[in-house]
Amino acid sequence: MVLPLKYNIRNVWVRWRATTSTILGIALVVSVFVLLRALARGIEASSGNTGDARNVLIVRKGSMAESGSLVTLDQFRTIRYFEEIAQTPAGQPLISAELVMLVSVPRRTGAGEANTLLRGVTAQGQELRSQVTLIEGRWFRRGQREVTVSRKLAQRFSGFEIGGSFKAGPDRLTVVGHFDGAGSAFDSEAWMDADEARSIFDRGEMYSSLLVRPRDAAALVSFTNRIAQDKRLALRAESERGYYEKQTVTAAPFKILAGLLGAAMSVGAVFAAMNTMYASVASRTREIGTLRVLGYSRGSVVICFLLEGALLAALGGAVGCAVAVGITMTLAARGTMFGSLDFQSFAETVYQFRITPDLIVLGMVFAVAIGLFGSLFPALRAARLPVISALKSL
Amino acid sequence: METSHGPVEPIVQIRDLTKIYRQGDIDVTALAGVSLDIAPGEFVVLMGPSGSGKSTLLHLLAGIDRATSGTVLVQGINIANLNESELAGWRNQNVGFVFQSFNLIPVLTAAENVELPLLLTALSRSERKAQVRTALELVGLGDRAHHRPDQLSGGQQQRVAIARAIATDPALLVADEPTGNLDAKSAADVLNLLQRLSREAGKTVIMVTHDPKAASYGTRSLHLEKGEVERDVRATSFTP
Ligand SMILES: Nc1ncnc2c1ncn2[C@@H]1O[C@H](COP(=O)(O)OP(=O)(O)O)[C@@H](O)[C@H]1O
Ligand SMILES: [Mg+2]
Repeated sequence: MVLPLKYNIRNVWVRWRATTSTILGIALVVSVFVLLRALARGIEASSGNTGDARNVLIVRKGSMAESGSLVTLDQFRTIRYFEEIAQTPAGQPLISAELVMLVSVPRRTGAGEANTLLRGVTAQGQELRSQVTLIEGRWFRRGQREVTVSRKLAQRFSGFEIGGSFKAGPDRLTVVGHFDGAGSAFDSEAWMDADEARSIFDRGEMYSSLLVRPRDAAALVSFTNRIAQDKRLALRAESERGYYEKQTVTAAPFKILAGLLGAAMSVGAVFAAMNTMYASVASRTREIGTLRVLGYSRGSVVICFLLEGALLAALGGAVGCAVAVGITMTLAARGTMFGSLDFQSFAETVYQFRITPDLIVLGMVFAVAIGLFGSLFPALRAARLPVISALKSL
Repeated sequence: METSHGPVEPIVQIRDLTKIYRQGDIDVTALAGVSLDIAPGEFVVLMGPSGSGKSTLLHLLAGIDRATSGTVLVQGINIANLNESELAGWRNQNVGFVFQSFNLIPVLTAAENVELPLLLTALSRSERKAQVRTALELVGLGDRAHHRPDQLSGGQQQRVAIARAIATDPALLVADEPTGNLDAKSAADVLNLLQRLSREAGKTVIMVTHDPKAASYGTRSLHLEKGEVERDVRATSFTP
C-alpha cells in the first residue's frame, strides 16, 4: 500500500530550491566522512601491508622502533653465521644490517623542510624486500654518495628527481633511481648503503637493526627464540610484519576524527533534512488529507515521507561519494600524497586516500540513515494530520 | 411479484446524527440530531446557509470524520464500528469524494491521479490502466491523460477529480460545492456529468451547493438550518 516512487521523485524535483541545499549539505557530510575513512584506509594499507612474513626484524631489547635502536657491528658479525638463516645461491646469508636516520629535506611546494627517513641497507637489503622494486634509474652504488628514493617521496621533496641532490649531514647525496614500495611503509623512505651511511653520519660501529630471512617456518621460530634467549646480545627479534603492524597506530586518530566529525556534521545534516521535510509536509497538508480520503492509511503516509527523506539523502550521498572519488582521483592523478608525521620517528610518511566499493556503500548507508532520521518526525506529523485537513486548508 | 415496486432498501441510513465541535469551552453544534434515508441512485442536493452543517453531514457519511453521537449505516455497515485503517479501506471502495478545489496531486498527471485509489486495490497493472482510461473517457478527457493539473482548466481538473472519484466504482459519490470554483459553462458540464453518473451508472450522488440552479440537477433537495433538516423536497419531474 505504498505510493509510487515517482510521486516522491517528482516532489523532490519540483521543490528543488528547498531540496538542493539539503542535498548539498548531506553531500558535504558524506564526502568528508568518506575521505577521512579513505585516508585511514590508506594509512592502514601502508602500515598493514609492510614486510614479508618470512622475515624477522631485530632491534635492541627495549626499543619500540628501529629509529631508537642500536645494533653493533659485532652483533651483526655474530648473528650472520647463525645456521637458521637462509642463503642466496651464491652462499651469502640473507641478512641486512640497517641504519635509519632522519634527514631534513626541502618540500617541493616551498613550504619549508620536512624530515624524511633515510635507510642504509647492506648487500641483501633489496633481496629481502620483495615489495620494493626499482622502477626508474638504478640502485645506489657504495662509496659514491648515491641514494635511490621512493617515487612517492620524489613527488614531495625537491632534489629527489633522478640526478637531483640534497644535503645529508656534512655531505650531499645524489639521487640515481626511483623505487616503488607497493603501498608499503618503504614508500616513505630513501635508501643508500648502510656502511657508507655509518661513516657519513659518524655512527662508528653502530647499526639500527638487522633484517633476517630464516630458512623456513621452523627455523624462524628457533631463530627468534635463540635471539631472545641470548642474554649477552640483549636484542629482540620479531616478525617484520608484526613490527610494522604495531606502527599502525597512526591510523586510529583519523578513524576517530572521521567518527567524531561524521557524528557532529550528521547532526547538522539531520536537522537540515528535518527542516526540509517539515516544510514539505506543511506545504502538502491538503495533499496528504486528499490521499487519506482516497483510502491511503496513516502507515502509508509515514512510509511515503520516510521514503522521500531517504531519497533526498541518497541523492546527497551519491553526490558526496562522487565528490570524494573525484578528489581522490584528482590527487592520485596529480601524484599528490597526504603527508603525516610519524610520532615514533618524526619522519613524514606518505599516504594515499584509498576508496573502495565498501566505503561507498558505507557512505550511502550513512546518507540514507541521515535522511531517515531527519524525516521520521515530519513523517509522523504528516500521518497525524486529520483527514478533514484535505478540505479545510487551502 | 415483490421485486419491482416494493420499498427499496436505503443505501444510506442516518439516525439522530449529532456533531458537536468543542472550541475551548464553547460547544458548537454543527449537526443536531439529523435522521434521513437515501435510496440508491438518488441525486441529493444539500442546501442551506453557511454554517448550517452541510459539510459536516457530508464528512460524516463519507467516513472522513466521526460523529459525536448517532449512527450512519451505509449499505448496512455502521461505519462508526470501523477502525482507522478499515475506514480508509472502506472509503477507498465505497465513496468517491469530489472537492471544491479539485485536490488533484500537482506532480502527477491526470491518469496518475485517477490511478491513485486503484493502487490500493488488488487490480493488475493492465486492469488499472484500462479502468483509468474508461474513467477518463467517461468524463470526456481521454485525450488529456498525460497532462498535469496545471496544464488543465478548472473545469477539466474537476472532471479529472470526478474520474478519480469513480475509479474504484464506489456506490456513493459525495461532492462538496464542486462548482464553487468554476465558471458557469464548466459548472454546467460538471453538473451534467454528476447527473449522468446518477442516472446512467446508478451512483448515489450527494452534493452540497449554494447555487439554486445547481439544485435543479438533483432528484431531491435537503435544506439544512442550524444543524437540522428544515425541508426535504423530492423533484416531481424525476422518474427513476
Ligand atoms: N473543525 C471545526 N471546529 C470547530 N467548529 C467547526 C469545525 N468545522 C465546522 N465547525 C462549525 O460547525 C458548523 C457547521 O459547519 P459546516 O458543516 O462546515 O457548515 P456548512 O458546510 O454548511 O457551511 C459551523 O458553525 C462551523 O463553524
Ligand atoms: Mg461547507
